[in-house]
Amino acid sequence: MKRKSPRPAHGEPLLTGEALSWLLAALAFSILPHFLNQPPWVPALTLACFGWRYAVLRRGWRLPPRWLLTLLTLIAIALVFAWYRTVVGRDAGVALLLLMLGLKLMETRHYRDAMLTVFLGYFVVATNFFYSQEIPVALYMVATILGVTFALVGLNAGERPPRFKARLGSAGALLLQSLPLMLILFVLFPRLPGPLWGMPQQARAGLTGLSDRMEPGSISELLTSNATAFRVSFETVPPPAAQRYWRGPVLSRFDGRGWRRDFSGAGQQLEGFGEPLRYTVSLEAHDKLWLLALDVPSETSEDATLTPEHELLAKRPVTQLKQYRVTSWTDYRMDADMGALRRTETLRLPAQGAERARELAQTWRAEAAGDEQFIARVLQHFNQQNFVYTLSPPALGANPVDEFLFQTRRGFCEHYASAFAVMMRAAGIPARVVTGYQGGEWNALGEYLLVRQSDAHAWVEVWLEDRGWLRFDPTAAVSPARIEQGIRGALVGDETRPAYMLRSGLWGQLRDRAEMLWDSTNYFWNNWVLGFGPAQQREFLRRIGLGHIDWAGMVILMTVLMTISGALSVLVVLLRRRRGDDPASRQYRRLLKRLRRAGIEHAPHEGPLDFAERAAALRPDLAEELRRLSALYAGLRYGRVGDATLVRALRSGVARFRV
Amino acid sequence: MSLAPIPDTSPDVSIRRVLEQLNSVILGKERQTRLALACLLARGHLLIEDLPGVGKTTLAHAIAQTLGLQFQRIQFTSDLLPADIVGVSIFSREDSRFEFHPGPIFAQLVLADEINRATPKTQSALLEAMEEYQVTVEGVTRPLPQPFFVIATQNPQEQVGTYPLPESQLDRFLMRVQLGYPDAASERALLRARDRRELLRELPPCITPETLTELQAAVTEVHVADALLDYVQAITAQTRRPGLYRNGLSPRATLSLVHAAQAWALIDKRHHVLPEDVQRVLPAVAGHRLIPVETAGTAPERVITQLIEAVPVP
Repeated sequence: MKRKSPRPAHGEPLLTGEALSWLLAALAFSILPHFLNQPPWVPALTLACFGWRYAVLRRGWRLPPRWLLTLLTLIAIALVFAWYRTVVGRDAGVALLLLMLGLKLMETRHYRDAMLTVFLGYFVVATNFFYSQEIPVALYMVATILGVTFALVGLNAGERPPRFKARLGSAGALLLQSLPLMLILFVLFPRLPGPLWGMPQQARAGLTGLSDRMEPGSISELLTSNATAFRVSFETVPPPAAQRYWRGPVLSRFDGRGWRRDFSGAGQQLEGFGEPLRYTVSLEAHDKLWLLALDVPSETSEDATLTPEHELLAKRPVTQLKQYRVTSWTDYRMDADMGALRRTETLRLPAQGAERARELAQTWRAEAAGDEQFIARVLQHFNQQNFVYTLSPPALGANPVDEFLFQTRRGFCEHYASAFAVMMRAAGIPARVVTGYQGGEWNALGEYLLVRQSDAHAWVEVWLEDRGWLRFDPTAAVSPARIEQGIRGALVGDETRPAYMLRSGLWGQLRDRAEMLWDSTNYFWNNWVLGFGPAQQREFLRRIGLGHIDWAGMVILMTVLMTISGALSVLVVLLRRRRGDDPASRQYRRLLKRLRRAGIEHAPHEGPLDFAERAAALRPDLAEELRRLSALYAGLRYGRVGDATLVRALRSGVARFRV
Repeated sequence: MSLAPIPDTSPDVSIRRVLEQLNSVILGKERQTRLALACLLARGHLLIEDLPGVGKTTLAHAIAQTLGLQFQRIQFTSDLLPADIVGVSIFSREDSRFEFHPGPIFAQLVLADEINRATPKTQSALLEAMEEYQVTVEGVTRPLPQPFFVIATQNPQEQVGTYPLPESQLDRFLMRVQLGYPDAASERALLRARDRRELLRELPPCITPETLTELQAAVTEVHVADALLDYVQAITAQTRRPGLYRNGLSPRATLSLVHAAQAWALIDKRHHVLPEDVQRVLPAVAGHRLIPVETAGTAPERVITQLIEAVPVP
């Protein structure tokens, strides 16, 4: 940066004011998104440098002298260090890149400097993807790349550049031509498992999702979010709505108020009956380990483990979109033999609290013929007494289970699951709370199931002799609609439901429709662009018959393909040049063809104007148009400027030409 | 060239006035006068070949007068010596040293009349000056004035007492123009009009040497597209195909063809060269350079026509 701008080499193109203005505009455009990613002073200072450079160009300001530039560079480095305590890493690195780009423009006098900033500009575009890779960002970046390429075309257009539209067209054509190379690189570039190296693990405070703790109110909190939790594509027939229980954290330890996960060292067993379901989940980042799976998962792709509680856990927190395949049984027998330790753990209740609930459970258990009868009675109680399923239950005090069961009787799934599990344990039946999601919205456009944060749910598993762990959903007893119609159906009439659930009428339907379309687009993007990881790459290569190729082979194949496509494009250019295949010639050949049909033959050696005169003598009625079009062609073919508007004029003239 | 055009010195107007004046002296030879002007604008030397008395000398003289150039005429004879052209050093008794007396070649426009009457030795003295734009006398190299043109005339080579120019030396003339007999109407006008010699004396210069330099610079600015170079190269390649001509066109001839076509385009008020321009100047540029292997079958004027017809326009 401290290097003085070199003098322009002999024959180096001139840096025109117009080209520099467009370059500044394109670079500014590429920097704007960093206002969201960086402290505002970084992009603001960069834009200030751009403004200075523009003022030099248009208002006669002066470029800073070299000592000032050096000082500014040092200040910029110091500022970045003061803010980030480092000058490397993603955030500090990007900040430094932006500031240096701004300062580079302060010493951009010649074509070579400008070209350097163009390449820095492309790099700035890439840095935006360090922060977000969603579709809107990608579209913005395509526009930015077009802008920077447009500036690049302008820089190389010389002192008499072609018109705006022609330059934009060249930039677009350049980008289209790079598409095959881009695809080759995308498909074949060796993928690294896990997140990009050196990318910091961001604190993801904004992420919503299940936690390893459930208290009254913790699940209803999730309902305020309409965000996507995950999406599922089924290889087999999707299960009916009532069986769509997505298993998340299993909570076995109760402290009187909330439930927590418990780590037991016991083994696990699972027997499945009938046909298993096979599907692929693409899970949004939630910064936890849970991999949601249909109740109950049995097999999964390699980088996840099954816990003794039949939870699926990732090796690392899910900090970016994650895809995995799962096989699940919906008809199963889980842990028919349970060890004594686990049994004790899943029966344990705190010494204090929920006295009335315990008493009631013990009374009912004594009256019942067996565990099943007792369970049925509890569920019946929820169903027939005046229990209300609501998103805004009253706050509970020191003894939440009793308060809920005997006083308020208004609650959300966590209240019912908690109370139910406590009553089971009180009656001597091992029980635990399972949290996860229930239901999901079928997207017919993309043929996948969309599960939102608002589908979060909690239910209970009860262990019965010989039958193992069985799922019971007390919420279903209170509000069957929750399971059959999903959360939106269950909350109709609830005044406190979130705004997105209040949509109705044609407008609401249209919005739902549009959302579904947008979501399926996102799903496609996630699956085929962002989710194209090592596993997908191997799968793709296997399908095209290159299953055994390793990364070195991929690099070789990539190099070969890129060389071939490069050679092909050079060949096309050479062939076109040889054939004299420019747009004007094509139009002229069309004109000659029409005249030939009318019996006026063009001799190969005749120049355009000579031929026009000869043909005009033969057909005086066409003379004027013939002379006009021939002169237009001659000017385009042999003249100095190739103007797109003149080509269009020739094309439309030839199209209208009637013999 | 200034941005605001002054009407009287703009290229179009200058060229039109020059041509009008030349055509008022040489009647009925519009194509030849135009070729001659194109030749000079392309900074080439001109060879006019024809029978005596058809106006070769008059054309050369008219050009010199019209362009306002300093003019010298050398009548070539069989006893002309090189020193008669370039000049000699003579001992000066007052200064006690040799003093150079420049020959007639030290002029902006030299008319070499009946060049093929002189011996090859004398011819080559002139031809060297044409190529180098300088002469070397007794070890001292002296530059010729700028601009420097040679207009040579020669009689058809079948005539007795001539030393035909060898092909290598013909190549130094950008163009060879044949005048031919005037048509009846022009000849009648000639007979009715005043004496040409008298007319020539009164002929005013139409342009200044500065304008001429500007015009020559404008010629090099005329755009030559890649497609046109393709065409010129195709023509050259055709002349080099075995069995057609004794020698194909040399690179110098090819370059001359492009320059001449540029000049022709400028005279035609265009800023780019068309294949038509190449075809118009090709007989004059290539006619004296191409000798068909089979001379018997084709009339001389058909040689170039056949060449043009053999090469498609790109």
